[in-house]
Amino acid sequence: MLPFDMPQDTDIAWCPGCGNFPLLVILKDVLRDLGRKPSETVIASGIGQAAKMPQYVDVNMFNGLHGRSIPVAMGVKLANRKLTVIAESGDGDIYGEGGNHLLHAARRNPDMTVLVHNNMVYGLTKGQASPTSEEGMKNPVQPDGVIVEPFNPMAVAISVDAPFVARTYVGDPAHAKEIIKAAIEFPGFAVVDIFTPCVVFNKLNTYQWFKEHAYPVPEDHDPSDRVAAFELALETERLPLGVLYRNDSRELYEDRLSITETPLYERKFPESAFQEVLAGYR
Amino acid sequence: MSQYSKDISIVVGGAAGQGIQTVEAALMRILKDAGYGVFACKEYMSRVRGGSNSVEIRLSSTKAPRRACVRRIDFLFALDAPALRHLKWRVGEGTTVFAEKAGADSDGIRRFIDTPIVRFANEAGGSPLYANSVALGVVLGVLGVSSEGAEAFLRKAFARKGEDVVEKNVAALRKGYDFGRHTAYAEGIEVPLTPDEEKKDDLLLDGTTALGIGALAGGCDFISSYPMSPGTGVLAFLAQHAKKCGVVVDQAEDEISAINAGLGASYAGARALVTTSGGGFDLMQEGVSLSGMIETPIVIHIGQRPGPATGLPTRTEQGDLNLALYAGHGEFVRAIYAPGTPAEAIETMQKAFDTADAYQIPVFVLSDQYFLDAVSPLDAGDVPRMPITKHVVKSENGYHRYALSKDGLSPRAVPGHGDGLVCVDSDEHDESGHITESFDVRKAMMEKRFRRLDALRDDAMMPKSFDNFEESETAVISWGSNKGVLEEVIGKLGSKTLGGLHFAQVFPINPDVKKLLKGKRIVVVENNHSGQFADLLVRELGVKVSRRVLKSTGEPFSVEELIEELRSEA
Repeated sequence: MLPFDMPQDTDIAWCPGCGNFPLLVILKDVLRDLGRKPSETVIASGIGQAAKMPQYVDVNMFNGLHGRSIPVAMGVKLANRKLTVIAESGDGDIYGEGGNHLLHAARRNPDMTVLVHNNMVYGLTKGQASPTSEEGMKNPVQPDGVIVEPFNPMAVAISVDAPFVARTYVGDPAHAKEIIKAAIEFPGFAVVDIFTPCVVFNKLNTYQWFKEHAYPVPEDHDPSDRVAAFELALETERLPLGVLYRNDSRELYEDRLSITETPLYERKFPESAFQEVLAGYR
Repeated sequence: MSQYSKDISIVVGGAAGQGIQTVEAALMRILKDAGYGVFACKEYMSRVRGGSNSVEIRLSSTKAPRRACVRRIDFLFALDAPALRHLKWRVGEGTTVFAEKAGADSDGIRRFIDTPIVRFANEAGGSPLYANSVALGVVLGVLGVSSEGAEAFLRKAFARKGEDVVEKNVAALRKGYDFGRHTAYAEGIEVPLTPDEEKKDDLLLDGTTALGIGALAGGCDFISSYPMSPGTGVLAFLAQHAKKCGVVVDQAEDEISAINAGLGASYAGARALVTTSGGGFDLMQEGVSLSGMIETPIVIHIGQRPGPATGLPTRTEQGDLNLALYAGHGEFVRAIYAPGTPAEAIETMQKAFDTADAYQIPVFVLSDQYFLDAVSPLDAGDVPRMPITKHVVKSENGYHRYALSKDGLSPRAVPGHGDGLVCVDSDEHDESGHITESFDVRKAMMEKRFRRLDALRDDAMMPKSFDNFEESETAVISWGSNKGVLEEVIGKLGSKTLGGLHFAQVFPINPDVKKLLKGKRIVVVENNHSGQFADLLVRELGVKVSRRVLKSTGEPFSVEELIEELRSEA
């Protein structure tokens, strides 16, 4: 048994063929390759099939509310910056229910990684459109097809200057490993959109579809060029995979808040500062 | 010669932007430093400029006035004509009004002193902006309190704005002061107050500051919140002292983020607080439920204001007790405190953090606009302190966050502290914290989460009784901000029939309270429409509440009003 493997057999709630299975293997491999310790790693997740990921990894887990993995993960990081912190959920969770948190956490720039399993459909609630569903996709709530413009996570993330914005695909495990590894190692708020096919409810965006529609980011792409990154992100006919954007000059939220290496659970009560505060109201 | 009691009520009214808050802050500081007993409260409209706002300052020489507002005004200083119109209903036989005669509605006002506030402001500073410093001077002149303290206050308050502005303010103050002295002499106004040297060192605290001090004393080291009146002040207080006290302060994008960040931090070992008002709290409710499910402590301050919806954003109400009591779906254990004085605010905030950590539950502190804005002194030696008990344990390999136990509580470890893994799950979970759909586990976990309730109940603060409560036939009950007014009114009525009882913790209710109330007629005083605490007493103790004295206009009870309400009981 390797680190991050569950110590006992677990009944995994995903459907056979689900894109989450390869991602589970990839994530554990990446954490091991990076030499992270399960006890010093936290995965916060929301609700949905993707959000069950940490249930199947031997790691500190905060499986919270729908849409709220990012604020939870940020709270963890601010309370103990020594931890490796990952927020992980699906497209409905992070781009829909919790969209506001994605925007504003990117502005703050805490050192954490956001992994979004993007299957372009709602799985656990059985087949409704997600924010990333393609226009025209027929589903139980829009029987004539999706009538709203899909959400573009990469363009949005770049627009708020999330300092690491990347996309990968579980059908190419080597690529996915490389990208997720770079995201976790990146010192700052890293967003990774991961194409993770849903074999039950999304008959449109299948493994085959992703294979046909995705292509690697051109070799001459300079991720530090924000405008070029934005242009790539705006491509919707063919979807570029790789690091679209990277900004190494942003300061961490933890540093701006003057957070020290001492986790808050070890904080000593600042008696003299407290007395000083009291004296100020005399 | 005008005779005043040893309890003076001064009201200063004006438009938002005219600086009456500076007058209040200056007067409170100066009068307290001079050794007077003081109390101040304010009422204001939801706007940045214009409208009509007022501050009330009570002044006494014996001991500090109770933390209660009065309807009576002894000296009214109106900075503009709308202020006088706004406050005229409170002008009585004994009120001396200081205002510009021109344009003022002075009909029926017996004692009106034409006070050229704007002319003095223009003469001193070349702008009506200096009216508040003139008014400050007039007040001090009338009271016969030295203006030296005021000069020092203004020099400090306006230092940022440059020497010119400082000097103009001081000149305006002097003009007002001379006018006030002269008027007091000409009109024979004498205020029979004698200062008490010992009061000089008292702390001067509004409810917001007291709650902030309590949070610091309780070991609070993390706050994430979204601004909403009147709860914002606690966030601003902690932000102001964050660096030197090592508190992490995060302004959230919304209240949902705030409570989830708080829970994330708490999961990692912080003592986390969120502050908001009813509407913002509505958005946090799912997070409260999460706290209950994952047994992760969080302290939630709700600064109440009148609802529903946006309601009266700058006014006061105690309408959110039921909200706190029932917030969050599903069933879980919680505690709710409701302080009535700065000392109680400091005490209950510390208790809130300790209770949240000790019982691994969400804990509420309920205040309201009136309480948060009202200022009163506290002897520095009377600041309540509790030891900060560390409830976090170091984990070992194989650690189970929800290990079943006799009292329902499992040792709480945090990630990164020890070799174990800390798994929490909003789904029903097994002892290791992982998702389960087993009915047996569900039953065991529900029982586990509720098993702590008995101990929490036995630990609940007893209410504070005053004025021959034991012998009284009628128990008049208050909670939260009504403590001061009830204490004063019961004292003033001086009836052997009436006893007062104040709850600073409103849930759970200590079972011993039932004995206290045995055989008594029960009257409950609340700043809401339906009597939410009365309902809770009935539900929790099975007692009969004979009368509810309620007010939901958006204003607090005045002493006179409550006397009128309770006279029939005396």
